[in-house]
Amino acid sequence: MSRRGLKRLPALKDANRERRLFANRVLVAGVGMVVLIGLVLARLVFLQVVNHDHYTTLSHENRLKILPLPPPRGLIYSRDGTLLAENRPSFALTAVPENVPDMEAALHELRGMLNLSDDELEQFRKQLRYSRRFEGVTLKGDLTPEELATFAINRFRLPGFAVEAGLARHYPQGEAFAHVVGYVGRISETDLQTIDQSNYAATTHTGKMGVEKSREQVLHGRVGYQKVEVNAQGRILRVVERTPPTPGSDIYLTLDAGLQAEAIAALGNYRGAVVVTDPNTGEILAFVSKPSYDPNAFVNGISRALYRDLSTSPDRPLFNRALQGQYPPGSTVKPLVALAGLQYNVRSADKTTWCPGWYSLPNDSHQYRDWLKTGHGPTNMKFSIAHSCDVYYYTLAHELGIRRLHEMLARFGLGSITGVDIPGEAAGLLPSPEWKKRARKQPWYPGETLIVGIGQGYMLSTPLQLAYATGIVATRGEALIPHFLGQIENPVTEETISPDIYRRPRVELANPRYWDEVIAGMDEVVNGATGTAHKTSLGAPVRFAGKTGTAQVYGIAQGEKAKTTGVPEHLQDHALFIAFAPVDAPQIAISVVVEHGGGGSKTAAPIARRLIDHYFKGAAVSTASFAPHAEHEAPPAPVPADSPAPAAAESAPTPTEEPDPHD
Amino acid sequence: MIRSPNLLYRLHIDAPLLGAVLVTAALGLVVLYSAADQSIDKVMQQGLRILLGLTCMVAIAQVPPRRLARWAPALYVLGTFMLVLVLFIGHGRGATRWLDFGVVRFQPSEIMKLAVPLTVAGFMADKVLPPTLKTTALALAVVGVPAFLIIDQPDLGTAILVSASGLFVLFFSGVSWRFIRNAVLAGIVALPGFWFTMHDYQQQRVRTLFDPSQDPLGTGYHIIQASIAVGSGGISGKGWLNGTQSHLEFIPERATDFIFAVYCEEFGFLGVLILLVAYSLVLVRGMRIALEAQEMFGRLTAASLTMTLFIYIFVNMGMVSGALPVVGVPLPMVSYGGTSFVTILTSFGILMSIHTHRKFIAET
Repeated sequence: MSRRGLKRLPALKDANRERRLFANRVLVAGVGMVVLIGLVLARLVFLQVVNHDHYTTLSHENRLKILPLPPPRGLIYSRDGTLLAENRPSFALTAVPENVPDMEAALHELRGMLNLSDDELEQFRKQLRYSRRFEGVTLKGDLTPEELATFAINRFRLPGFAVEAGLARHYPQGEAFAHVVGYVGRISETDLQTIDQSNYAATTHTGKMGVEKSREQVLHGRVGYQKVEVNAQGRILRVVERTPPTPGSDIYLTLDAGLQAEAIAALGNYRGAVVVTDPNTGEILAFVSKPSYDPNAFVNGISRALYRDLSTSPDRPLFNRALQGQYPPGSTVKPLVALAGLQYNVRSADKTTWCPGWYSLPNDSHQYRDWLKTGHGPTNMKFSIAHSCDVYYYTLAHELGIRRLHEMLARFGLGSITGVDIPGEAAGLLPSPEWKKRARKQPWYPGETLIVGIGQGYMLSTPLQLAYATGIVATRGEALIPHFLGQIENPVTEETISPDIYRRPRVELANPRYWDEVIAGMDEVVNGATGTAHKTSLGAPVRFAGKTGTAQVYGIAQGEKAKTTGVPEHLQDHALFIAFAPVDAPQIAISVVVEHGGGGSKTAAPIARRLIDHYFKGAAVSTASFAPHAEHEAPPAPVPADSPAPAAAESAPTPTEEPDPHD
Repeated sequence: MIRSPNLLYRLHIDAPLLGAVLVTAALGLVVLYSAADQSIDKVMQQGLRILLGLTCMVAIAQVPPRRLARWAPALYVLGTFMLVLVLFIGHGRGATRWLDFGVVRFQPSEIMKLAVPLTVAGFMADKVLPPTLKTTALALAVVGVPAFLIIDQPDLGTAILVSASGLFVLFFSGVSWRFIRNAVLAGIVALPGFWFTMHDYQQQRVRTLFDPSQDPLGTGYHIIQASIAVGSGGISGKGWLNGTQSHLEFIPERATDFIFAVYCEEFGFLGVLILLVAYSLVLVRGMRIALEAQEMFGRLTAASLTMTLFIYIFVNMGMVSGALPVVGVPLPMVSYGGTSFVTILTSFGILMSIHTHRKFIAET
C-alpha cells in the first residue's frame, strides 16, 4: 500500500517522527493489554483451575440461600401518645404458576370475584413472564376483609392461589396529620440510587414526604436475614439460621393531638394554615394546613384518577400551606418594624405621629392610604400597633430606609427558611434593592419601602415563619429552630433519645426595654378597649398578646365559590393573626392564616383564641363565665381604654398544665 | 494498492471488524439466553438493539473522518451542556443520568464516550507532537470537565470510561513518559483525598472488595457468589444452561454487569479463551486500523477507541473475577442492555470510517 499520498502536514510537524512516535506508543499499549489480560487470566486460572475443586464444593453446598427479612418500620406518635402511623397486617393474593392448572380460566374467575382491573391483570401477566414457575407472583395486594372472605370461600376451586401476609403502613388519623407525617410509597428506581441497597434488600416502601421522609433513617431499622436450604431446583427446604431484623425506632412528635384537632375544627371550612409552637423550645404543638388529603391513598400507589382529582382541585389539598404557602404578612409585620424604629433610634415609643388617613412622600403627590380613611389622629407606638395605623409605619419605614428595615426583619427569620425538620419548606421573600435588581432588573423605588413597612408588596412569608418570628418577640429574643421530632424510642430496649434543641443566636436589642414597648402594643391589640382584636380577649383563660393582619389578594385564586356578602370569596383578603400567651411568661406562639378570610380580627383572631382556650383549658374551665363557641360574637368588653385588661383574664390563674408526658 | 475494493468496502464497512463483532455478539446472545432464564423475549430485544447498533455503525462509517473531527467540538459542547442540564433537571434525585425528551429517555454521558476522544484527537492532531505542556494541560481540561460532571451523577463506571478514552488520546499522541510518571505519582498522593469525595456506596464497594464477608447481602454477596460461579466452572464449564449458580439466582445482575460469571460457569476456562480470541480479533483489527490511518486524527481516534474497548473488557472481567472493585461497567457486546451496545458499535463505525476513507493515488 502506498504511503506517498499522505496529506502534506504543516511545516513544523515532522510527519515521520510523529508516525514513529505513534507506532511506538501502540506497541507499548499492545504490551500493556497483553500484561493486563494476563493478570485477568491468571486470576481465572487461580479460580477455575487451581481452586476449582474448592469452588465446586462451595457450589454444591451452595444450597444455602440468604433471604433478607424486612425490619418493621418505627411507629409515629404525637406527644400525647396518639398513634399517627402504624403497620397493619395486610394480605396479598399470590399465585404459584406451576400449581395453577389453567391460569387464564382462573384469572377470568378471579376477575369477577375481586374486581380486578385490566391494569392489574396486565401487570400480573407481565410479572408471570419474568418469574419462575414455583415462585409466588402477587396478583393483588392489600385485600379487604370482604375480598379475603370471597377468596376463602372459592379457594378450593383455585388451586395454586394463596394469601400471603405482610405489613403495610397505615395512618389511623388520616388527613389530620398528613402535612406533617407525610407518607411512604413504593421504592422507586430513583430511590434505589440513594438508599443502602443491602439494608433495603427486603424493604418495599420508603418515606416520600414529611416526617416519614426526613426521619427515614430512624424509622427504617436494619435488615435481618435468614439462611435457608434450597434443593437443586431452588425450592426452600428449611431455615438454617435466622438473624432477626432490627426494628426501626418509634418517633414521638412534638405535636399535641388535641390541639391539632382543635386547630382543624377552628379553621372550619376555610382554607388556611395554623401553626402553634412553644417558643421556649421550638417544639411545634400544632401544624395544620387545610384542606388536607388522606395519606393512606399513597401507600400502595395512588390511582391515577384520584391523584388527578387531588392535584387539580382548586382547593389544592396536596399543597402544604403552613410550610410552603407564601402570603404577604400584612400588618403582622408591624411589631417588627416598630422594633427596628426603636433599635435604630429612629423613633421613641412615646413620640406621636399625626395620621390624617394618608401619607405622601416628599416631592411626590401619590397618596398612600391608611386603612382608616378618616385617619387615626395622633399616634404613638403602642397605639399604632393596637390600631394597626398604616401612616405611622409608612413614616417609620421611610425614615428607616429599606436597608435597615431589611436587616431587622431578616433577624426575625423572614426571607429565609426556619430549618424545620420536614422537607420542602419555602423561604418566603424579604425584598431588598439587591433582590429587585437581580430578580426584576429594576431599581428600588422609595414607595416600595413604605409598602414593606406594612408587610405588603413583594414581601411574602409562610405561616411557619410567622410563628417563628412571633416566638422570638414573645421570648424577647430567643430564636429556637422549630421542629417536630420530640423523642426517639427504641422499641426493643425502650431506651429513649431526646434530640438536641437547636437555637440561633439571640436577637439582641440595644435596650431590652424595647421588647416591652412592642409587646405592650401587641397586648393592647387584644386587651385594649379599642384594639383591632379586642373582642377576642373576652373571657380568655390567660392574658395574651397578638397582632392582626390583612393580606391583599393579588392574583385571582382559582376557587370559584361565591359568598353571600357580594364580594366573591376568592377576591376577599387573606386574614392573618399572630399571638402568644401568656404575655408575661409565654408558653405558646401562634400564627393563623385564613385564605380569603376577610379581616384578621374577624376570622383569624377567634381561631387563635380557641387554641389558647384549648391549651390553657384548665384555666378556662375555672372561669365559669366562659362560653367556648360564642366568644367572637360577644360585644367588646366594657372596660376603660386605659385599663390594661379585662377582669376575667386578670383573675385567671397562671396555667401550669404541661401537655407533654415525654419530657 | 487496492484497485477494486469489494462491495462492503465501498459501503465503508470493514469486513474483518464486522466479522469479529458479529462473532462476539453471537457468543453474547448464546450466554444471554441462559442468563436470562431462557427468555426468548430478552434475546429478541437484545437482537433488536444489535440491529439498531449496526445501523448506527454503518451510518457513522459513511461520514469522512475530517467531518467527524469538525463535528466533534460541537458534539462535545452539546454533551457537556446536557450533562449540566442533567444536574438540574435530570431524572432521579439520587443518581441523575437521564434526560427525558418526552419520547426518548437519554443518557448524555454516552455521547461523551465518543465526543471526548474525538474532540481531544481533533485538538491534538493539529499540534506538533509530542505535545507541549500547555497543549497537554488543555487536553486534560477537556477530559476533566465531563468526567467530573459524570462522577457527580454519580456514575463511576462511565466516568472511568470517558476519562480513559480521552487520556488514551494523550498517551498515543506521545505525552512524555516523565509527565505520565509524575501524573501517576500525583494521583497516588491524591488518592486519600479522592476517597473522601467518593459516595458512601462507592467507598463500600472498595471496602467489600478487600473483605467481601463484610456485606453478605450486598456487594460482598455479588463478589462471593460470582467467584464461586467462575471457580466452579473449571476448565471446561458445566455446560450451557447448566450453571447452578446462575439458575438458582445466586448471581445478581447476571444478565447485565455480571453476565461474565454465567459465561465462566457454563463454558469454563476454555470458553473464556474463545471469548478472548473473539475480543482479540476486534482489538487487533482496531489497532491495525490505527496504524494504517493516514492522518494523526484517525490514528489517535482509532487507537483510543480500541483501548477504551479494552478497558471495558478488562474492568468487567476484573470485577467479576474479584480482582477489581465493582464499578458497573458492562461486558461489551455481551451484557444485556442497549445504550452501551449502541455506543460501542458506533465507535466501530468511526473506526470503519477512518479505515475506508483513506485516499489512494490513482495509477495514472
